[in-house]
Amino acid sequence: MSSHAAEAAPHGHTHRDDVGSKMGMWLFLFTELILFGGMFIVYAVYRYMHQAEFHLAATELDRLVGTVNTIVLLTSSLTVAMSITAIQEGKKSLAMFLVGMTLVLALAFLVNKYFEWDHKFTVGLYPGSPELVNKPQGVVLYFGLYYVMTGLHALHVIIGMVVLAVMMGFIRTGTIHKGSYVRLEAGALYWHLVDIIWIFLFPLFYLLH
Amino acid sequence: MAIASAVPVSVEPDFYHTKTKYKGILGWIFTTDHKRIGILYLVTMLVFFFTAATLGVLMRLEMLTPGRTFVDAQTYNTFFTLHGIMMIFLFIIPGLPAVFGNFLMPIMIGAKDVFFPRLNLLSWWLFLFGGIFALVSVFLPGGAADTGWTFYVPYSVRTSTNVIPALSAAFILGFSSILTGLNFITTIHRMRAPGMTWFRMPLFVWSLYSTAWIQVLATPIIGITLLLIAIERWFGVGIFDPTLGGDPVLYQHLFWIYSHPAVYIMILPGLGVVSEILPVFARRTIFGYKFIAFSSLAIAFVGSLVWAHHMFTVGMSNTGMFVFSFLTFLVSIPSAIKVFNWIATLYKGSIEISAPLLFILSFIIQFCIGGFTGLILGTLAINIHVQDTYFVVGHFHYVMFGGTGFGLFAALHYWYPKMFGKMYKQAPAYISWFLATVGFNLLYFPMFVLGYEGMPRRYYDYLPEFQTVHQIATVGSWILYAGIVVMFVNLVVSLWRGEKATANPWGGETLEWKVPSPPPLENFDEIPVVTTGPYDYSKYEKAAQEVK
Repeated sequence: MSSHAAEAAPHGHTHRDDVGSKMGMWLFLFTELILFGGMFIVYAVYRYMHQAEFHLAATELDRLVGTVNTIVLLTSSLTVAMSITAIQEGKKSLAMFLVGMTLVLALAFLVNKYFEWDHKFTVGLYPGSPELVNKPQGVVLYFGLYYVMTGLHALHVIIGMVVLAVMMGFIRTGTIHKGSYVRLEAGALYWHLVDIIWIFLFPLFYLLH
Repeated sequence: MAIASAVPVSVEPDFYHTKTKYKGILGWIFTTDHKRIGILYLVTMLVFFFTAATLGVLMRLEMLTPGRTFVDAQTYNTFFTLHGIMMIFLFIIPGLPAVFGNFLMPIMIGAKDVFFPRLNLLSWWLFLFGGIFALVSVFLPGGAADTGWTFYVPYSVRTSTNVIPALSAAFILGFSSILTGLNFITTIHRMRAPGMTWFRMPLFVWSLYSTAWIQVLATPIIGITLLLIAIERWFGVGIFDPTLGGDPVLYQHLFWIYSHPAVYIMILPGLGVVSEILPVFARRTIFGYKFIAFSSLAIAFVGSLVWAHHMFTVGMSNTGMFVFSFLTFLVSIPSAIKVFNWIATLYKGSIEISAPLLFILSFIIQFCIGGFTGLILGTLAINIHVQDTYFVVGHFHYVMFGGTGFGLFAALHYWYPKMFGKMYKQAPAYISWFLATVGFNLLYFPMFVLGYEGMPRRYYDYLPEFQTVHQIATVGSWILYAGIVVMFVNLVVSLWRGEKATANPWGGETLEWKVPSPPPLENFDEIPVVTTGPYDYSKYEKAAQEVK
């Protein structure tokens, strides 16, 4: 047993292995993808069963709102990626500013989403509403899926915001710095996941009609 | 396993007696030590196991006579639902990986802890909360869930019982299972000691690795599916409600996409335990190491593609049925590879009978019966006849209890001296093995007969001609329960009265036997350097040759 062996695999509680930490994060992201994957299966099956009605129902959604939200979310992914570059170069306040920008954009996304849902509720398109129940089954399922999938996505946006806010605190206190930023990378990876799920939701609900 | 130099006798105290940050109970429930977390899982899991086992015995008691014996039909429904939820989500799934995986896997690969120790603690807390949710659902107004552990729609959406707490329990436990899985994968990838190559890993670690992948890749599907039922109950969205256009059969697909791979989460670590214990008591290098290692991965992979064999009577295209039947048969190949390799390991070995080995031998025979009846069930024509009968219940329990359950008993008897530093009494252990094996077979074998003759599962009442066979099974449940009680009384009493165990009472060659019993907090004084495979019994084999 040589001393080099001890160096190669140091103490379990204090060791640092960024590759391993990111591996754990990637595994977690797989589980999130599969979670949404279950929803995408349900969507695919019902779209196949009710093609014409899904087509019809999709015209109720506002493409402009969806597009604006897509741009907002893509930009937020850019700012969070830039924050990592900033921290790599040791620019602490710039990194904090960029994470803050991401949070502002995320909030803008949610506000936009709120008004969109609110509008749907006003015209009576929500689960169990008298108007929706009288529509064809495909339309009922389309809006059921719309609320569940965008709702679950919005929940992930909120979780992502909490994660990034904590990361901002870590940058401020110096826990995340030029020499150690794997936490910020993990947070950013999560944010990109939120983004990429939207990239699939957007065409499935807004563009396919 | 030979290592470059012998591990020096540790002067450090064992992990029970190392000073912790918090005192008393807090030192346990806020620990990040993988060994303490393993013990926490063991204790909580056993509480749930005894609750669920008692429910099982009560169900058998109700089946003693046709009609009402001592509970009404609704209570019986909640009994089998709770028995299923608790046994599956709180006992078999976490049983071997979370208890023995946590305690032993880091030691077996020469690491000081798992990769994410705090996440490991979070997994246990989630496990505890999930269990509490399951128990609370019983006592809330509305009554315990009565849907069966499968939560089939539309009944699970319409019943007035407490489905939501039971669903939440399963959801939270799924989360716990995912976190354990990703922790184990990362640990095995990143924390193996120098020289511990993939093919020098103990086979138990290989089985945990395969299991962890299923936990990570399959569990999210049950998460979203259970969430959809909850959403359906709250908002009436219609995704699984046929009156709004939803498709209940789609629910069954989603449910089994997880729940079939989940049975491999349950059995794979059990198979790993057999591969771990057999070579030690046969004093032989395991036969076909790589085949056993890869067969775990093969079972994990093929097992993920067979889910619809639970649904042959639900309505599916003929092509679909053929494909799923064929894939089901394929799973038997890697399973059989394991059994043949075990038998080959025993052949010409210097077999030493002991309590762990006896449980393993019962495991192999019962697993084979369970596996063969699985093939019968996978046959399309026969499946139509025995679908949803006691035949399925018998098959399932032969694999899950006769396999994994006995594997867990074996693991408990094998690693007990390592975990607690004490040795249990042999005679009561032998008696408990005898009672458990006799009781088990008396309980579940008659179920094949009942099922073949047409007794449907989950029924509260039955025709008078089934009574004799039902009574045999009920008597079996008493003998089995008695065996389990003897086993745990012996193990618990030995915690105080047992003799002190040596570091390596069985002559094992894997790394956990190179550290003191119980291990010190950091497992190793110095991280070992590994130079050979895990089951190096060549010296015994050479001696056996010379005798001839």
